[in-house]
Amino acid sequence: MTKPQEVDAAQIRARYPDVFDRPASARLATPAMIVAAFAILIYGLVDLDFSPSRFFAGLSQLGWITLMMIPPDPGSSLPVYLKALGETLSIALLGTTLAAVFALPVSLLAARNIVPSNILRFPIRRFLDSIRGVDTLIWALVWINVVGLGPFAGVLAIAVSDFGAFGKLFSEAIEGADQKQVEGIRASGGSALHEIRFGLLPQVLPVIAGQVLYFIESNTRSATIIGIVGAGGIGLQLAEQIRVLEWQKVSFLILMILVAVAAIDFISGKLRFAIIGRRAAA
Amino acid sequence: MTTAVSILPEQQLAVLNAAYRQAVSRRRLRLLLGAAIFAAALVLAAIGAEVNLRTLFTYFGNFISYFDRILTLDNGQRVWTDVGEWFWGWRKWLKMLGETLLISYVGTLIGATFAFCLNFFAAENTSPAPWLRFTVRRLLEFARTVPGIVFALVFVIAFGLGPMAGVLAIAIHSTGALGKLFSEIVENADMKPVEGIRSTGASWLSCMRFAIVPQVTAGYASYALLRFEINVREASVMGFVGAGGIGQELVVAIRKFYYSDVSAILLTIIVTVFIIDITTGWLRGRLFGKEARA
Repeated sequence: MTKPQEVDAAQIRARYPDVFDRPASARLATPAMIVAAFAILIYGLVDLDFSPSRFFAGLSQLGWITLMMIPPDPGSSLPVYLKALGETLSIALLGTTLAAVFALPVSLLAARNIVPSNILRFPIRRFLDSIRGVDTLIWALVWINVVGLGPFAGVLAIAVSDFGAFGKLFSEAIEGADQKQVEGIRASGGSALHEIRFGLLPQVLPVIAGQVLYFIESNTRSATIIGIVGAGGIGLQLAEQIRVLEWQKVSFLILMILVAVAAIDFISGKLRFAIIGRRAAA
Repeated sequence: MTTAVSILPEQQLAVLNAAYRQAVSRRRLRLLLGAAIFAAALVLAAIGAEVNLRTLFTYFGNFISYFDRILTLDNGQRVWTDVGEWFWGWRKWLKMLGETLLISYVGTLIGATFAFCLNFFAAENTSPAPWLRFTVRRLLEFARTVPGIVFALVFVIAFGLGPMAGVLAIAIHSTGALGKLFSEIVENADMKPVEGIRSTGASWLSCMRFAIVPQVTAGYASYALLRFEINVREASVMGFVGAGGIGQELVVAIRKFYYSDVSAILLTIIVTVFIIDITTGWLRGRLFGKEARA
């Protein structure tokens, strides 16, 4: 029986210099980063008027608000809220569909395997990027200026801001598509449009449908908030009730939103699974 | 060499053809049915959302001319002919922009810290008790599902107008979003180091500290950076409800029809978002590069 080899610390140190004798710069990098992060944090807290007294006063206020929210109660305005919820869902569905319809042709132009020329593709990509750089709420404000207050402005706001996102996502899906089927169509004498219709679209449509469903889901959330600036839907009711401090109605509205979002999540999850499952089976 | 394609006898072929046609027509019918349901839903939605195509046609010109107007100075010139006049308020806007970035930074850091503390309880493989996991998960879900701006609306009333409400709203929303992502990283972590450390008699806390945390920090940092990117966008609209940042200036400019200001502030926001996107993308690339090298 052999005794385990005796090793002392000095020997191990000598054998693994990389681990034990790291240069000071490497050893200090992490603490320095943490200190810098905290320095900015402290500066931020001071600059943004954080003070413990204000924080705790606000917290106790928040405690009162939470107490006043219980129990959630719509009062007599349940029908109004249900209608607003329907409006929100309509905004999400219509806005997303509109965005998808307009984004599909543009995404073809932004895909490398369809438009090889950089000169056309680059400006389209930057254009889509700048649309995405502007928040949905800002688009809502702009559209309110154009078509007036109401849910229609919300539909257009969601349509525009999703147009940017869809253009990018769709073009990535198209770039990821298999080129062999396109070549097959070309070999049998198909035109460029035939290549897209029979070679590309059957491959990318399930992906696109999945993304559209996912966006309908996430737009249900966006549609709840664009009401806050006056673009219709349940957000309008929510903002109003918060401003007049009707906390029981507020908590009821928040619950309604949570339930609606969960329901849409569930439905679109099922649908997405059905679509992607069908693609896998085909 | 000739290749022969064997053709089935007529009757067999007829049966196969019929079956094929039936299968195709059944698929077509299902597709048509789906399309019909979707179209019906759209029509219903259009009625619900008070879509009025005539309004759109009448006012669509306004949408185009809106961009014409925001790109025109008060004296009728294009904005880029006199950049000094266009960005007349750049000192104030840069200050507000700095505030926006600080709001998102502080909010992200606070949110990430809370998410870091909570995610070990939410992950399947490290949670000490099922009831604790359930509670933490529901809590994170709530923080994630309620939109940040709704929190901001409530906080503005509780904490008063100003950036503090914005920071807290972003912090809570980030806690929810990051808590979920972090716990997913932990669920994918290798459990062998945990077993090794537990076998030495270490407590739960030491197991997390020495077995899980070293595995997950790079992933955490990457997600936190991504969240920072999202929060910059979110912080730019917090001002709409009075929760600080450049949104306040923007909403005033839009509502009061200070056209050239709108384009100047929008451009500032877009450029900032671009820069942040590129920087965090580069940082994340470096982080993941480091992880791959180790």
